[in-house]
Amino acid sequence: MTIVQTATGPTQTMVLNMGPQHPSTHGVLRVVLELDGETVVRADSDIGYLHTGIEKTAEALTYSQAITITDRIDYLAPLSNNLAYCLAVEKLLGIEVPKRAQYIRVLLTELTRIGSHLVWLGTHAIDLGAMSVFLYCFREREELLKLFEMVSGQRMMTSYFRIGGLALEPPVGWMDGIEKIVQAFPARFDEYEDLLTQNRIWQSRTRGVGILSAADAIALGVSGPSLRGSGVDYDVRKYFPYSSYEEFDFQVPVRAEGDCYARYMCRVAEMRESLKIVRQAMGKVPPEGPIRADAPGIVAPQRERMKTEMEALIYHFKIYTEGFAPPPGEVYQRIESPRGELGCYIASDGSPKPYRMKIRAPSFVNLQALPKLIEGRLIADAIACIGTLDIVLGEIDR
Amino acid sequence: MTETPDSANAPIVARLRAWRPHAIADVQSFRGELTLYIPRTEIRRVGEFLAREPDLSFAYLSDITAVDRFPLEPRFDLNYHVLSIPRREALRLRVLLPGVSPGVESVVPVWPTANWHEREIFDLFGVHFEGHPDLRRLLMPENWEGHPLRKDYPVEGFR
Repeated sequence: MTIVQTATGPTQTMVLNMGPQHPSTHGVLRVVLELDGETVVRADSDIGYLHTGIEKTAEALTYSQAITITDRIDYLAPLSNNLAYCLAVEKLLGIEVPKRAQYIRVLLTELTRIGSHLVWLGTHAIDLGAMSVFLYCFREREELLKLFEMVSGQRMMTSYFRIGGLALEPPVGWMDGIEKIVQAFPARFDEYEDLLTQNRIWQSRTRGVGILSAADAIALGVSGPSLRGSGVDYDVRKYFPYSSYEEFDFQVPVRAEGDCYARYMCRVAEMRESLKIVRQAMGKVPPEGPIRADAPGIVAPQRERMKTEMEALIYHFKIYTEGFAPPPGEVYQRIESPRGELGCYIASDGSPKPYRMKIRAPSFVNLQALPKLIEGRLIADAIACIGTLDIVLGEIDR
Repeated sequence: MTETPDSANAPIVARLRAWRPHAIADVQSFRGELTLYIPRTEIRRVGEFLAREPDLSFAYLSDITAVDRFPLEPRFDLNYHVLSIPRREALRLRVLLPGVSPGVESVVPVWPTANWHEREIFDLFGVHFEGHPDLRRLLMPENWEGHPLRKDYPVEGFR
C-alpha cells in the first residue's frame, strides 16, 4: 500500500489480485495489481502454478523418451518444442537430417505457427469484446488439427519429430489436405482483418496501448512478434537459420510503433508469410526419400530390415533398451517459435539421458515486460497487454 | 585447458584479452559454439564491456542456465547466452561456482532481463546473486524448502 498524491490530496492505493483463475490471463497467471482508482501503479506477476518439473523429469528419461514431454511445454505449438529439442540433440550428436525430413519439419512447424497465432488472435479478440473472431479462428484451427491428426495420429501433442528426422512417413494424400488449407486460408485471414484492422473499437483498445520501446524490449530480452512490433527485426529463422530455412523466401513483418496494434499487425502478417513458406515447402518436399538420418547407433533401422537382418535387430534392441549416448558437451539451439526465441540447452555427460535440459521459454522472458506495458495505464489495458504478449503458462512455468 | 588455436583466435577472444588479460580463463569450441570461461569475480565487468562497447553490442541476453555437477567440484556452471543483434553473433559465457555458498554478482544492471533468470536459478538451484533487486523464489511457493533442480533432490520429491 502506498500513498499517492492526487489533485484532491493524498489517497491510499488498493492491491487487487488478478488470477490465477481468470478468463483473461490465458492460463494460470496471477498478477498482483496495485491500483490508484483504475490506474495500475504497480504490477507484479506471480508464476509457478503450472510448474510440473519438466526439466527435472527430462533428466530421468532417455533422449528419445524426452521428446514426448517437450510437446507439453508450449502446448499451443507442440511441434515447435519438438523441433527445438530434436535439433539440439542432433547438434549434440553431430548427425545430419535428410533434406526431405527438414522440409517436412519446416512445413509442419509453419502450420503450427499459424495454429498458434489463431489461438492468440481468437483469445485476444474475445478478451477485448470481439467474440465472433474467436469462433472463426477456431474454425480454421480445426482444419489444422485434423491435418496434424492425419499425419501424426494426434491433434495436439504430436511428438512427430524424432532424433534424426520424423516419426512416421506422412500418409498418402496428406498434401491434398494442405493444399485445401493453403487455398482457403488467405480469404479467412482477410475476414479477420475485415472485422478488426479498421474497426474503431479495436483501434481504440489497441493503438497507443502497451507501448514498448525497442531499447526496453532488447534490455528485457523480449523476442518474437512482441519484439518486432517495437521495430527490432530479430527473427531466429533469419539470423541463425535452422532446418533449411535459408532456402525459403519469406518476409519478417516489423512495425515501429511498439503498441498492441503493431503486435497485432505483425502476427497477422506472419500468418500470411507462414502460408507462403508452406506453399514453397509443398513444392520442395520430394515425394519419396528417407525421413530419418543414416546413423546406425542412433536411428533405429527400418522394421522390415530389423525382422530379417541380425545386425539390424541388434541395433534395434540396443537403441530401445540402452538408448544412445551423445558425447559429453553442451549445446544451445534456438528456434523461432510463434512466441519468440525458443532455446533448448542440453548438457550431456556421455550417458543416454540428458544431464540437464533447459528450455529458454520466450513467454517466460516476455512476461517480464508486463509491468513496463501496464504501469500507469488502466485495468482494461492490462487485459489487452497480457493478451498482446501471447503468453503460454506451460512454457513459463515448465 | 580446452583451448585450441582455432578457438583462442576467435576475434572476440582477442578483443576481450586485449582489453583485460585475465577476463577469460579458458575458451572452448564445440559444435560451432564458442564458450568463454569467465572467473566468478569478472562476470559483471565482462558483461558490461560486451554489452556497452559500441562495436560489440552484446546487449541481448537470451538466457542464463545453471547446471549442477554434484558431487563434482566446482559444483555449478552458470551459462550466460548473449547475443549481439547488430553483429548477428552469439556467445556463451560460463562461470564456475563452488558447492558451498554458491554466489555471483547479479548482472541485472547490465541486462535487466536477467532478473527472472537469476530468480529462477536462486529458486531451483540455491545460487545467490549479490545485488539482485528482488531475489526471491519465482516458480516454487515462497515457503518451499530445498532447491528442486539440484542433483541431490529426488525427481519424485520428498514425501
